Amino acid sequence: MTDLVTTDGVPGAREADVDKPVRRSRRMTGPQVVGHARATAAVCQAAGCLSAQSDQVFEEITAQLIADGVTDVAVKRVGCLGLCAAGPLVEVPETGELFRQVSPDDVSDLVTRLKDAKPVETKPALEPFFSRQHRVVLENCGKVDPENIDDYVSRKGYRGLTRAVTELTPQQVIDEISKSGLRGRGGAGYPTGLKWATVAKQPSGEKYVVCNADEGDPGAFMDRSVLESDPYRVLEGMAIAAYAVGASHGYVYCRAEYPLAVQRLKAAIHRAEKAGYLGAAIAQSTFKFTVELRLGAGAFVCGEETALIASIQGGRGTPVPRPPFPAASGLRGKPTLINNVESFASVPVILREGGEAYAQVGVGKSRGTKVFALAGRIVNGGLIEVPLGIKLRDVIFDIGGGVPDGRKFKAVQTGGPSGGCIPEDLLDMSVDYESLLAAGSFMGSGGMIVMDDTSCMVDVARYFMDFCREESCGKCVPCRVGTTELHMMLTKITEGRATLADLVQLESVAAMVRDTSLCGLGQGAPNPVFSTLRYFRDEYLAHIVDHVCPAGVCALSGGESVA
Amino acid sequence: MTVHTLTIDGVERAGVEGQTVLEVARESGVEIPTLCHLDGLCDVGACRLCVVEVKGSSKLLPSCATAVAEGMEVTTDSKRLTAYRRTIIEMLFAERNHVCAVCVANNHCELQARAADLGLTHIELDTVNPALDVDASHERFAIDHNRCIMCTRCVRVCDEVEGAHTWDVMGRGLDARVVTDLGMPWGESTTCTGCGKCVQVCPTGAIFEKGRPIATTKVTRPYLPYLKTNSQEVSA
Repeated sequence: MTDLVTTDGVPGAREADVDKPVRRSRRMTGPQVVGHARATAAVCQAAGCLSAQSDQVFEEITAQLIADGVTDVAVKRVGCLGLCAAGPLVEVPETGELFRQVSPDDVSDLVTRLKDAKPVETKPALEPFFSRQHRVVLENCGKVDPENIDDYVSRKGYRGLTRAVTELTPQQVIDEISKSGLRGRGGAGYPTGLKWATVAKQPSGEKYVVCNADEGDPGAFMDRSVLESDPYRVLEGMAIAAYAVGASHGYVYCRAEYPLAVQRLKAAIHRAEKAGYLGAAIAQSTFKFTVELRLGAGAFVCGEETALIASIQGGRGTPVPRPPFPAASGLRGKPTLINNVESFASVPVILREGGEAYAQVGVGKSRGTKVFALAGRIVNGGLIEVPLGIKLRDVIFDIGGGVPDGRKFKAVQTGGPSGGCIPEDLLDMSVDYESLLAAGSFMGSGGMIVMDDTSCMVDVARYFMDFCREESCGKCVPCRVGTTELHMMLTKITEGRATLADLVQLESVAAMVRDTSLCGLGQGAPNPVFSTLRYFRDEYLAHIVDHVCPAGVCALSGGESVA
Repeated sequence: MTVHTLTIDGVERAGVEGQTVLEVARESGVEIPTLCHLDGLCDVGACRLCVVEVKGSSKLLPSCATAVAEGMEVTTDSKRLTAYRRTIIEMLFAERNHVCAVCVANNHCELQARAADLGLTHIELDTVNPALDVDASHERFAIDHNRCIMCTRCVRVCDEVEGAHTWDVMGRGLDARVVTDLGMPWGESTTCTGCGKCVQVCPTGAIFEKGRPIATTKVTRPYLPYLKTNSQEVSA
């Protein structure tokens, strides 16, 4: 664990640096600003842009401004600006300009613009990618410096926690959450208020709050972006939850594949403790709450809550049958509240603005907003937040900008390996928990993978089955053997070796795996098969009967029959 | 002691608080097939053979790990359950090498017995059947991973009864294996006490005494008086 994060949370200070002189901080600061900054260059420092050297962009802009003696332009590190496909991104909030694909080798244009940037009264109209979004959870993403707690506090941070612990009783906090209509953002959509109430009702004593940051769906990066861009928000949500249910200790279970999120979380925990928002006497009250970080070792199944608990306890990450649910008997046999990153990140706003205000947005039983990660064959790939109830078409074509290269939209996959593929006919459906379920998919944690006519749906089903087969823990028979068998059958179809009898067998084994598996991984694994069979059965038949892959993806061996 | 009344297959039964559906069903003479369950060991609900339908639950529940509750309505046998159970056994046969004719446990095997009970006559699934190791490094015992069904009875009896915790599970998915001492050869294990409890609880021919077919291994468990296996009943 120590090679991923340093003790003080300062980036870059690894073991190899031991011989170098000790510096107070290796983190380069922006140029010295005298008085009020006329303009700010907000440079995205989330993983997507960082991988395109946005850290060097920051340093280059700073160096040039210092060299030119500019003292009224600030340069700031911020979290995810959303439009990840066009990174590295630099935003100038005063003028409303967004610079895309900024190269560290060529920032002179940008610096020139910054030098004569003037705050404008009316900012240029936002493009639909931004204007159609409704940012609640992401309100600070791309606005605050994720490593600076003062920046978070200056944007109404910790008001929700302060209100909760100084003005409200735990029951009132739970009522506020119930009023908001918030449901689990990890995917299943269990009412958050009800979950909190269940844990609160357990006999008092040791209780735990656990944040599930083991995001593992292919194509999903919502939780990572939130943790990298606004980590204090998640810690605030956890503290509010702990106050409501009567816990004094919490864990963030984050996958180790997110080193930047881990580093920022670690720094955030440290700084929140120093600032009195974690630890003893939070917000000058008698409430105390501490948070520890635990890293997952790369198993998808550890996102399942009972497996996650086993992993935190140091055991093998395998699920156990529920009931008993963690709310009654979880970590070390104590009542445990487990929520996902986005659920906790929604909590500070609810406490700050009130549950009813939060519930203004949304449709039916799905209230509030949902963060999605747009990926796949889409123009504006990135991180978005939309009101629940928005039309799927608006998400993909208005916000996402549609399919690139003039190709034809075919389907969108939501809900990860337990989700399904939604075809073009259903694009006018509302994006909410019930509608997605009715369409044979699943809200899931929020990955949206867009596919065009170059994707073969049988191959897509095979890909997700391969993922589940790899990630099955091996404990129960239907998931361990069933996912392998289903993968073998799907491979047979994509290779043109299958018969219609195999299709019948595929459906019956898929139903058996869904109904008899121990945990959500196995129960959800056949879902991509069911949804592609429901909407794209013709593609299966083309492979089996005509030995043709309509999308031209699968290499079919021809018509030899199979023993 | 709270007593709960529930119905199992339409007949009213009584169970004590904390009892499982499986316990109450077996007390009442209702047989539910099991493989990973063994009286005296903790239940893990892994083989899924004992799943039952419970009214009000959209999911099938493992009867070995589901506590009885007041007013519960349980169905232990239906066309769907039988089909699913048969597929579970079929999957186990397809997963590794279970050719009975050349197995030390032939006719004394719980997997074989369950297959016969459920009327499994042939396998339609494609077999995976990877070539796995046989660890015969122990002085008296050996494990043939090709016969293992990952019920983890050996892991549990070693941990819960013997207290040695020599056995555990390594790897995931289809690559999951029971291992001794973090994957060392059994013969080099420093924790194994050689008690042979794992041999006694293995439902198949995976763990066996060297040089002896299971049929001639006398199942005596003076040190495990409370352990009762289905194979005892089968061989009795």
